[in-house]
Amino acid sequence: MTVSQRASVLSEADTPHSLVARFDASSPLAMDCGIDFAPFSIAYQTYGVLNAERSNAILVCHALTGDQHVANIHPVTGKAGWWETMVGPGQPIDTDRFFIICSNVLGGCMGTTGPASLNPSNGEPYGLDMPIVTIRDMVRAQAKLIDHLGIEQLFCVVGGSMGGMQVLQWAATYPERVFAAIPIAAAARHSSQNIAFHEVGRQAVMADPNWRGGRYLQEGVKPEKGLAVARMAAHITYMSDDSLHRKFGRKLQNREAPTFSFQADFQIESYLRYQGSTFVERFDANSYLYVTRAMDYFDLAADYDGVLAKAFKGSKSRFCVVSFTSDWLFPTIESRSVVHALNAGGASVSFVEIDTNKGHDAFLLDLPELFSTTRGFLDAAAKARGIHQVHGA
Amino acid sequence: MTDASPRRLDDRNDVRVDHLLIAKMVEPNSRVLDVGCGDGALLQLLATERNVDARGIEISQAGVNECVARGLSVIQGDADTDLSGYPDDVFDYVILSQTLQATRCPKVVLENMLRIGRRAIVSFPNFGHWRIRTQLMFKGRMPITDSLSSPWYETQNIHFCTVRDFVALVDVLGARIEKAVAINHFGAPLRVTAPWWVWNMFGEQAVFVLSRK
Repeated sequence: MTVSQRASVLSEADTPHSLVARFDASSPLAMDCGIDFAPFSIAYQTYGVLNAERSNAILVCHALTGDQHVANIHPVTGKAGWWETMVGPGQPIDTDRFFIICSNVLGGCMGTTGPASLNPSNGEPYGLDMPIVTIRDMVRAQAKLIDHLGIEQLFCVVGGSMGGMQVLQWAATYPERVFAAIPIAAAARHSSQNIAFHEVGRQAVMADPNWRGGRYLQEGVKPEKGLAVARMAAHITYMSDDSLHRKFGRKLQNREAPTFSFQADFQIESYLRYQGSTFVERFDANSYLYVTRAMDYFDLAADYDGVLAKAFKGSKSRFCVVSFTSDWLFPTIESRSVVHALNAGGASVSFVEIDTNKGHDAFLLDLPELFSTTRGFLDAAAKARGIHQVHGA
Repeated sequence: MTDASPRRLDDRNDVRVDHLLIAKMVEPNSRVLDVGCGDGALLQLLATERNVDARGIEISQAGVNECVARGLSVIQGDADTDLSGYPDDVFDYVILSQTLQATRCPKVVLENMLRIGRRAIVSFPNFGHWRIRTQLMFKGRMPITDSLSSPWYETQNIHFCTVRDFVALVDVLGARIEKAVAINHFGAPLRVTAPWWVWNMFGEQAVFVLSRK
């Protein structure tokens, strides 16, 4: 990593290229760990125009390693927004029609308060002094942002993977504030297998000598190797055996024969190393620990006597649940259990299992079936909500 | 929502005869689950003409997509596996239209329908129809008709029954037949006063409304 890149990650943590809502001690965040947390900031992006009735706002919730830059050039990587296939003018989540908000999650490192942010009590980065964050804490923080923006009810809350967990948490915690909800490739709880993968990633970070007990920013180093390994392991879980085989097979990387060494002979090795190295340029290692932990702690039913249906009882929100056939990280059975709970709770729910070999990451990719489902659901919901075809028209 | 009246329904010449027949059996403003709802045509008819709370289950992704775009609440699944997830008594009607013969366990499906709904509406092709009997008797081959067009080795329809078979199953289930209609080859209902053997011979399709005793 170059000095300038390192500086840009650090500056994004405290002075992001985003809108920022700041909350002081008069408006603390009551966190699940028991701490009233203040002050804190939420960095967010918006696209489109909020209509006069304030009825056309869509909150996009990002996944583990995503951020608020849904549909604009990323300030650190210079790459396109992570969901430009879905969000934009004329796209299924149409910025000509809806007002789209995406905020960096609590514990993130792109401007919302997280372990890389400066702790005002000592002027140093929080590191492990940051309280442990849960999905519900993230959603509570988002609700404060929505209050700050003067929006009573969101037209829709949508997100994939960890974003889908937030969607479910929104629907359970603030049912009257959610007109429609689209949880994609998500689950109502993190499975044992998924916790296991996260623990491997965290141990890789913490085993890096540069992690320094979480104080690497103070000491001017970074646990890049550990974080890269964490990303490499996680990345495998986002794809399917079939998609890996189609993309890489056993193909060799720029060579005719194996080198009989531990170089990256295979294309898949080279690809994973690249994924690891680019990830550390934009993501804070402690933030990775915190956000994976938030997912691990997620078990929506646990807050409702172990009965998921109670989380959605009497909900008037309309749901569209989406899963992917080849997603083994958040398999269809998890979405089905959400659908059964919604049905049992009497909620209005649609469910589509999309046939694809792309694995968990399918929600980020160019998938016509996902787009047509989302567009159809949002169109019908907008009609029911009385949102005009194009704002101002 | 539009005013729901039977007169209005009769004016609809753009919908399938069996859908029209079922729509007339459904009380306005009720809660309906259509199992195997296809592209959602019946559900939409019920939503607009009967103002029902319309839900569906459909096995094909294309069907679900069409339903979702119509604003219907439809989940991808099938009658054999997904009915068990619903609590008791959540619907006024559970509809199984032209799907019974394609289920793995028709008896269990019907039991579930009667558990989650106050009434079950079931329509199915009558395997006792004279054309089918004739083919079997004179050709000695599994029948192929306009409405049952696939050969035996490719058909989704694995559990055919006749009207009389169905009535016998209703008896086994301990359910009550509230209403029964048979439709002839031209989509016209047979006279209700006709005896069972006439229905079983000349009814190409049958529609039953069942309830728990």
